[in-house]
Amino acid sequence: MHELAVTESILEIAVRHAQGKNVGRITDLYLVIGQWSSIVDDSVQFYWDIISDGTLAKGATLHFRRVLVVLTCQDCGNEYQPASEEFACPNCGGTHARVKTGEEFQLEAIDVED
Amino acid sequence: MSQRIPVVEKILSANDRLAAENQSSLDAANVFAINMMASPGAGKTSLIEQTLKGLEGHLRIAMINGDIATSFDADRAQAAGATAIQINTGGDCHLDAVMVQSALSQLDLGILDLLVIENVGNLVCPADFKLGTHKSVLVASIPEGDDKPYKYPGMYRGVNAVVINKIDLLPYVPFRMDFFKKGIEVLNPGVTQFELSCRTGEGLAGWLAWLEGQVKEFKGIHAK
Ligand SMILES: Nc1nc2c(ncn2[C@@H]2O[C@H](COP(=O)(O)OP(=O)(O)OP(=O)(O)O)[C@@H](O)[C@H]2O)c(=O)[nH]1
Ligand SMILES: [Mg+2]
Ligand SMILES: [Zn+2]
Repeated sequence: MHELAVTESILEIAVRHAQGKNVGRITDLYLVIGQWSSIVDDSVQFYWDIISDGTLAKGATLHFRRVLVVLTCQDCGNEYQPASEEFACPNCGGTHARVKTGEEFQLEAIDVED
Repeated sequence: MSQRIPVVEKILSANDRLAAENQSSLDAANVFAINMMASPGAGKTSLIEQTLKGLEGHLRIAMINGDIATSFDADRAQAAGATAIQINTGGDCHLDAVMVQSALSQLDLGILDLLVIENVGNLVCPADFKLGTHKSVLVASIPEGDDKPYKYPGMYRGVNAVVINKIDLLPYVPFRMDFFKKGIEVLNPGVTQFELSCRTGEGLAGWLAWLEGQVKEFKGIHAK
């Protein structure tokens, strides 16, 4: 698994965004993870506790917001969550869909203290 | 005082930036690169061997092979006549842009037309890590089963072509081709697809023609 690489990336981004802003400490990180994006499990928290030590973000809390997949049917406009073995539109049977949500893999925001 | 700072940055943005650098190096040298991904044993190395054989005398090809351990696959490519560089990821489940950057520095890009990167056999992680290649190809295979697009949507969404290998096994293994393709249709509409067998050679010609066409088109655009 590549959770270590992911965790290092999260730390790098958070610290970069806190720099030059008189931040004493990063207290919280808000992550958005889509259902169809990477698998990120509890081991991120495990790595986090180790690698954030000695940084601005030491001891910060990670918040994960998981986003379900929602497809928009391009044939009838219906928005739906695909079933596990059927991605076609349940309304019209169409297979022309656009992914509306579910592919996010972002650090959305951080909370900081002086 | 506590305050919220908006970030909105992709988690793997550092890797994305390095991948863009890799692509610039490849562009400058006029080398077309593909990232070949698949589950373990789908036939990535077999397809590379067939490609080396099929395009011999047409294109100058090198390969980079990523494996958790061993250099068997790079040895096979070398035996088939290509320059091959082995990256042992030491337990990592995917190649990333840093590993590819160091492999690129070991290659003489000036004497190449096509670079094929064989990623680590895995249908999850490689999809997230861009390498800087121009196109990515997913090798699926009949014995893996027809439900893979549904189970690994992230992998199927990102690729430019899907090769369905081992069609010689269709008579022996239950595989609903229409179910498989219906999954792909929603995930990656209109994606280029090939059905072939590295064992019998059936269907290989279409793949070779497509790949050679891709390289020629790229070289037309990036001709020095
Ligand atoms: N029947 C059949 N077997 C194939 C075909 N292509 C490859 N194989 C066999 O499948 C096995 C795995 O092939 P490889 O080319 O090593 O697969 P790979 O994806 O490179 O495997 P890893 O690098 O280990 O993940 C070998 O035993 C091949 O001989 C095919 O078209 N038909
Ligand atoms: Mg291989
Ligand atoms: Zn519809």
